[in-house]
Amino acid sequence: MNAQPIHFKPAEGFRDRAKAVVDNPFLRQSFRGAMDFLMTKRAGQFPDAEELESLRTLGEQIRQYNLGKLPELLLRLEENLTRNGIQVHWAETPDEANAIILGLCQSRRAKLMVKGKSMVSEEIELNHAAEAAGIGALESDMGEYIVQLAGEKPSHIIMPAIHKTKEEIAALFHEKVPGVDYTDNVDALIQIGRKVLRQKFLEADIGLSGVNFAIAETGTLCLVENEGNGRMCTTTPPVHIAITGIEKIVEKLEHIPPLLSLLTRSATGQNISTYFNMISSPRQPGEKDGPSEVHLVLLDNGRSQAYADEQLRKTLQCIRCGACMNHCPVYTRIGGHAYGTTYPGPIGKIISPHMLGLEATSTMATASSLCGACGEVCPVKIPIPDLLMRLREEAFSKPHANPSMVGQGAAYSRLMTSVWRGWAAVYRSPFLYGIATWLGSRFAWLVPARQGAWTSVRVPLKPASKRLRDMLKERG
Amino acid sequence: MSARDRILAKLKAAPLLPKPEPDVAAWFAAHRPVESAAEKMARFRQHIEFAHAEVHAVTPASWLAKLREVLAARQIDKLLVAEGTAHGEAALDELPRQGIECPTYELPIEAWKTEMFTAIPASLTAARAAIAETGTLILWPDAAEPRLMSLVPPVHIVLLDAGKIYNTFYEATQAEGWKDGLPTNALLISGPSKTADIQVTLAYGAHGPKELIVLLMGDAQ
Repeated sequence: MNAQPIHFKPAEGFRDRAKAVVDNPFLRQSFRGAMDFLMTKRAGQFPDAEELESLRTLGEQIRQYNLGKLPELLLRLEENLTRNGIQVHWAETPDEANAIILGLCQSRRAKLMVKGKSMVSEEIELNHAAEAAGIGALESDMGEYIVQLAGEKPSHIIMPAIHKTKEEIAALFHEKVPGVDYTDNVDALIQIGRKVLRQKFLEADIGLSGVNFAIAETGTLCLVENEGNGRMCTTTPPVHIAITGIEKIVEKLEHIPPLLSLLTRSATGQNISTYFNMISSPRQPGEKDGPSEVHLVLLDNGRSQAYADEQLRKTLQCIRCGACMNHCPVYTRIGGHAYGTTYPGPIGKIISPHMLGLEATSTMATASSLCGACGEVCPVKIPIPDLLMRLREEAFSKPHANPSMVGQGAAYSRLMTSVWRGWAAVYRSPFLYGIATWLGSRFAWLVPARQGAWTSVRVPLKPASKRLRDMLKERG
Repeated sequence: MSARDRILAKLKAAPLLPKPEPDVAAWFAAHRPVESAAEKMARFRQHIEFAHAEVHAVTPASWLAKLREVLAARQIDKLLVAEGTAHGEAALDELPRQGIECPTYELPIEAWKTEMFTAIPASLTAARAAIAETGTLILWPDAAEPRLMSLVPPVHIVLLDAGKIYNTFYEATQAEGWKDGLPTNALLISGPSKTADIQVTLAYGAHGPKELIVLLMGDAQ
C-alpha cells in the first residue's frame, strides 16, 4: 500500500493546515456532524450524573493505582503471559518495535500482515516500515482500510475516516478496488470492504492488533471492537502479534469491567462494544483454530518520561476513548490531520510531546482555548487543561539544567519573555499602570489597523480615548 | 543493557507514588441493583435486540423446531454444528433428516479454511452465560466449539440458558471465578458485527456475522 512517511515536525505548518480545514466547509461539516453525533450518543449513555461522576472517580483510582505499581505489574504481566505461552518483547523506540515485528515476519517468511485497529502501530509507522521491508501490511478496520486506500492517516483515533464523505469513499473504492462500480450506498460499500478483506484474512501470514487492556494477574490481552476484524486478525492467521504501550496494564481482572464500561460509553456512546475479546494463550493442544504463536510487543516511546513526573504521569491514565477530541471546540473545527501527530486533539497535545519532544510539538499545547471540556468528559479524570498549562510552561520557559522533558525551553524567546515581564510589572504597579493607560489613550491613533490574525475576522483593537479612571473622576 | 532493562530502570528510577487500591466491589454493590431472573431476562433481551440481534424464547422441547424455522426463513440448508456437545448432537440427530446439511468442525482450520470462509452460511453454538446490563453473550470457545464458529459464518445462532444471565460483567467474572483460570479466548458478544466508519452511518455485517440469533432457553411451560 502507499503509506506516507511522516516527518514529525508538527510545530511547522500547523497554522496552514488548520486554516485549510477551517476554510473547507465540507470538512468542517464532516467533523461538526460526527462530533455532535458522538457527543449526543455519549450523553445518552450517562443519564445519571451521580453514576457518571462516581464511575469516573473509580476509573481514575484504578488507573492511578495501577500506574503506581507499573514496574512490578509489567514484570508480573511478562511472567504470566510467558507462562501462558505468549512471548513478550520490549521496545524502547519505534525503530526497535518495528525491528521486532518485521523480524518476526521475516523469520516466518511472511508476505502479508493483516492489521486490526492499532494506534500504537500508527505511532511507530509500522505500515511504512513493513512496506520498505517488502511485507504487505493491510489495514482491516473499515475506517483504517479506507484511509490506507486513500494514502492518508487516521483523523480520529476511534473513527479514522471521519473526514471523508460517503461520496468520496464511493469514488475511492471505484477507483482503487478492481471491478467495483460506483455506489454511495453505505451498506454496499461495507460489503465491498468485507469481501475484499475476507480474502485477505484467508491469505494472511500474520495478524497484528493493538491492545486495550492487559491484565497482569491472568496474563490476558483484551481487545474492544465492533466489526470483528480484530477477532479475525487475532484468530485466523497462524501468528498473532499484539503491540501496546507500557501503560495499558491493570493488575486485576476486576479492574476491567469499570474501565470497559467507561471506554465504550465515552467513545461511541455504546453500553458495550459488539466484541470484547480476551486472549490468554496461543492455540492449545486439541484446539482447532487460533494462532499457534502469540507475541506481545511492549513499547515505551517516551511514556517513561511522562511517568517520571507526578503531574505528567496522569497523561498515562488515558484509555484512548477519544471523548476529549469529540468535545474539543478546536478539534471539531480543524480536524485530526492539522495536528500532524498520530494522536490528535487534547490527548494528542499532552501525549505527543513525550513521544516527539517539545521542539517538534511546542505549538500543540497552545492550540487550545482552555475551555476545559476535555477534562470534564475524560472518563479517567485526566486534568488535561492543567497539563496543557504545564506543557506551555515547559516549552516557553528558559532552558534549564535537568529538565523533566526533552525539548524543555524549545519555544523560549527572550523578547516574548521580556514583553510579558514588562506587562506583569505594569499591572502590578498602579503608578506604571496609570502612565501606560495615559500613553495609550493619547497615542491610540498610532495603533495599526492591521493586527495579524485578530483583524482577519475582527475590527482592530484600539485603546479608548478616555481612561476608565478619568471617566470615573468626571462623574465625581 | 536490553530494551527491557532500560525501560524498567527508567520506571524504577521514578518516584513510586503508590495509591490506595480502589474498591470495585463496593462500587458495584452501590450502583447495580440485585434483579430477579425475570428482570434480568427482560433487560438482556431489550439490550441485545437494540443491538440488532433477534431473540426467540424456546423450551427444551421446542428449540429444534424454532431453529428449523429460523433457517427456513432465510432459506439456509446448511448449519455448522459442534460434535460432542449436547446441542450439537441433538441438531445432528434431527436436522439432516429434515434436509439440513450439518457439517461439523472436525479438522483444524488449516485443513478447510477456504470452505469455512466461503461455504458455511450459518453456525450453531451455545453461550456459556449472558449479561443483562449490556445484552451480552459470554462464549468460551473450546476444542469442541472453536473460536471461528462464532465469527466467520454470516448467520450465528446461539443457544442460551435463561438461568445463566448475570446482572453485570463484574458479577459474571466474580461468580464464575474467572481470575483463577481463563481459557485461550473468552468472548463477549453483544450483537451482529457492525461499523459506523462511513459517515457515522450504522451498517451491519462488517467482518463477522451479519445476523445474530439468540434462542433463549427457558423452562418447559
